[in-house]
Amino acid sequence: MSLSVQLLWLIPALPLLAAGIGALTPRRGRGLAAGAAIGAMGIAFLLSCGALTTALAHPAAHAAHNFAWFDLGLGALRLGWLLDPLTAFMCVMVTFVGLLIFIFSVGYMHEDANFTRFFCFLSLFAAAMLGLLVANSLLLLFICWELVGLASYLLIGFWFHKPAAAAAAKKAFITTRIGDLGLLLGMLWLYDSTGSLLFYDGGAGVLEPNALGSLVAQTTVGGLAVSTAIGLLIFCGAIGKSGQFPLHVWLPDAMEGPTPVSALIHAATMVAAGVFLIARVYPLMAVDQLLAAPPLHALTVVATIGAITALMGALIGVAQSDIKRILAFSTVSQLGYMMLALGVGSWVAAIFHLLTHAFFKALLFLGAGSVIHAAHHEQDIRQLGGLRGPMRTTFATFAIGTMALTGVPFLFSGFWSKEGILHAAHEWDVSHLPFYAGLAAVVLTAFYMTRLVAETFYGSARSDSASHAHENPSVMTLPLVILAVCAIALGFLGTPVWPWLQARLLGQEEVHGHSLLEGGGLMILSIFLVALGLGVGWAIYGRKLRVSAAAPDPLETALPPVFATLRAKFGFDELYAATVGRLNNAIAVVADLLDRYVWDGAIRFLAVLGEFVGVVSRETDGDALNGGFNATSESLRDGGKAYSRAQTGEAHGYLRVIAIGFVLLVLAVMLGGGR
Amino acid sequence: MNLDPLHLCLIFSSALFCIGLIGTLARSNTILVLLGIELMLNAANLNFIAFWRYGPSPVPATGVLFVLFSIAVAAAEAAVGLALVIAIYRHQKNVRLQEANHLKG
Amino acid sequence: MSLPLLLIILVTLGAAALAMALRNLIHSALLLIASWAGVAAFFLWAGAEFVAFAQVLVYVGAVSMIVLFAVLLTRRSRADLAVAPDSLGRAFSGFLAGGAVFGVLVGGVLSSPLPGSKAVEPTVSVRDIGTQLMGPNAVALLVVGVILTVALLGAVVLAATEPKPDQGQAQEGGR
Repeated sequence: MSLSVQLLWLIPALPLLAAGIGALTPRRGRGLAAGAAIGAMGIAFLLSCGALTTALAHPAAHAAHNFAWFDLGLGALRLGWLLDPLTAFMCVMVTFVGLLIFIFSVGYMHEDANFTRFFCFLSLFAAAMLGLLVANSLLLLFICWELVGLASYLLIGFWFHKPAAAAAAKKAFITTRIGDLGLLLGMLWLYDSTGSLLFYDGGAGVLEPNALGSLVAQTTVGGLAVSTAIGLLIFCGAIGKSGQFPLHVWLPDAMEGPTPVSALIHAATMVAAGVFLIARVYPLMAVDQLLAAPPLHALTVVATIGAITALMGALIGVAQSDIKRILAFSTVSQLGYMMLALGVGSWVAAIFHLLTHAFFKALLFLGAGSVIHAAHHEQDIRQLGGLRGPMRTTFATFAIGTMALTGVPFLFSGFWSKEGILHAAHEWDVSHLPFYAGLAAVVLTAFYMTRLVAETFYGSARSDSASHAHENPSVMTLPLVILAVCAIALGFLGTPVWPWLQARLLGQEEVHGHSLLEGGGLMILSIFLVALGLGVGWAIYGRKLRVSAAAPDPLETALPPVFATLRAKFGFDELYAATVGRLNNAIAVVADLLDRYVWDGAIRFLAVLGEFVGVVSRETDGDALNGGFNATSESLRDGGKAYSRAQTGEAHGYLRVIAIGFVLLVLAVMLGGGR
Repeated sequence: MNLDPLHLCLIFSSALFCIGLIGTLARSNTILVLLGIELMLNAANLNFIAFWRYGPSPVPATGVLFVLFSIAVAAAEAAVGLALVIAIYRHQKNVRLQEANHLKG
Repeated sequence: MSLPLLLIILVTLGAAALAMALRNLIHSALLLIASWAGVAAFFLWAGAEFVAFAQVLVYVGAVSMIVLFAVLLTRRSRADLAVAPDSLGRAFSGFLAGGAVFGVLVGGVLSSPLPGSKAVEPTVSVRDIGTQLMGPNAVALLVVGVILTVALLGAVVLAATEPKPDQGQAQEGGR
């Protein structure tokens, strides 16, 4: 079976249809909503497999199908679908992992009253993500990108009656929006300088040599090539979506959503979108490598951010105690790895890791969900323990996922993909620091995962909910088993001996194998580091098991300040509250003062001439005193008050601002003479 | 001063628009605010007809059709707006817009 | 310059300005009906008869009735009809903002070269409009129909829902 590029739209359309069905189904129509979602996902998976066969027949071709969306003045705005191995592999992965997560959700959300709504949102999410993958236009990609953001907002805040969930949803949405602003600006700039947003368009697309050549030839502020600047702006979007430093803060909080959502967001879809975006526009990111001496390579920034994120995520993961949060920080760290791989020039290694990571991280999250479901929504690993006996399947699959994540050699997929990244980082000639950061993260990953497994599954149950835990029904364990098989088997598609996946992604017809001994020293080093991490972790947490939930962490007793810092996640949330929040408040204070003195002042000055002299001057007095107090006091509290004063909720004020803004804009255009 | 009819019509519609805008900004009665918005919409319709009458138009009926649709949407807007006025009135026992600010965070 | 046009402009603007300035809401509403009629007259003058009749039907006929009903439904006593004077500050800033917008608009209009008046005025028969609406613009017509239906249903829901806790009070207020 093969699927031509013209019909590629069917893949996202089916889940969208299922979302529509889910939205219209009444609450008791559980079977219909879940059946539609799972059925649509299953067919989409088959179609994706068909697309994969098509793409593999001509791996080097970027088959595109473009069409005009609507006429716009002189030209038409065009969108399109794109089918190449990258798209096809991602589609297969997303639909397959998504399908398993959907099936798992049937069991996990069984007791929830809003079962149909959940499946509606899940389908919407999958549809948006698949649309993002098949898009051949940055605009279409951006639309789906925002839809993914919306769907994740809805899903994280699914239990919106929990204040923490509502806050986390808001945080995720706003934080990613900050990055999206960069993506939007980059997109506009790209359209401005090339006149197109299509990726591949028979020689006229933005990722094809003509456009790239002109982009890299122009320079902008600071001698930066235009392509570099646009690439960095697009990367901002990826930073937000993929939870990279410094916008990673939303990802751990997103754990407030139901666990299948965490699996979907953290494994298959949302966070992968950023990495996919960079891989998709990779020609644009990489074209400035040709320049002799540019002030900055876009990819250097990507590698730096990736390395920082990989190390930081792993460090923070060491000191968390919520099972889902540990996995969340591990995701942050692994995404850092992928960005690192992209930055050092090996986007193929990044995508390979993205695919393997999707499987074993989905496995880990669903395993965690299985534990949480069995232990009556207890997520604190200090309260769990001893689950190895009652939950054999979950334990076995979770252990496989752990070994894949830590990179236990040879048998597990994570080992090969991580090895590819470390190898690429080692060969990067700009700096070796990212490589060392990657190595450090290997040790830390092995360490915190050992801690997680030891605390959760070994020892004795430390709370009532943990001691009553029993294995879940097969609708939940079956996806775990399938994912576990994939977590092992997938690695063999990309071993150095037979780098089939990498060759296909690069568009090569033939697979050139390398000997395992090539770079063998590096492999031995990383095996040693994994063993070190596992060993130290077991020595600290496994040999002397935790006896009670209240007992302090061994690391905490040994290094209290370090542990406290890591536990507080390096204080990023507090830092943002103190800086960005404060800046916002300061701007609000300025706006408030302007409002009071400039506008109000003018009004009152005229009013003073009239008959309300006494009344008005008294008000001015009162407000002036008040304002003076505000100006002098800088406490956050008053800032907040001023901020809320600026947001009066009064329709008049908003309309007035719109009118004044309109006048200013027109004046700017008229006086500036346009462009 | 010798004005083109088109210029005159456009200034007419600008004036009508600004009367509506000033009414919306200056009055506190929600009904009057809504009526101001209706005036602004009417001014936009005036523009369509003026350009249809004097401007170059490729399809003869475009301006007229646009105004027809705009009137239809404006009718819907008036119905919803005035229903909102009644809801506000029932809620706060008056129709002063500046008091309807409970939605602020 | 044609006298009828000047007359229409004068009536429309005058009625609108007075409507926005008056205190008595009933008077305001009546004056606005006059202003809408003026706009309809302008449409007639410009040769768009069909639009003019639509304007008369929709605004002068229907919207004005809704407005009058809204005015009457939301008053409690006779004295309530006169709206309390608005704050001077708001009025002033409104004039400032509106005046600025007007200045900018007039400046823009006067400074832009516009095509001169056509010798022949375009004629559109009702048949043309009908063909256009049913042919190329059929989708838009359907969408507008849906919007109208939804808006009217929404308006009914908004206006009909009684807040349960203080039902008695609300009914009392209504009298």
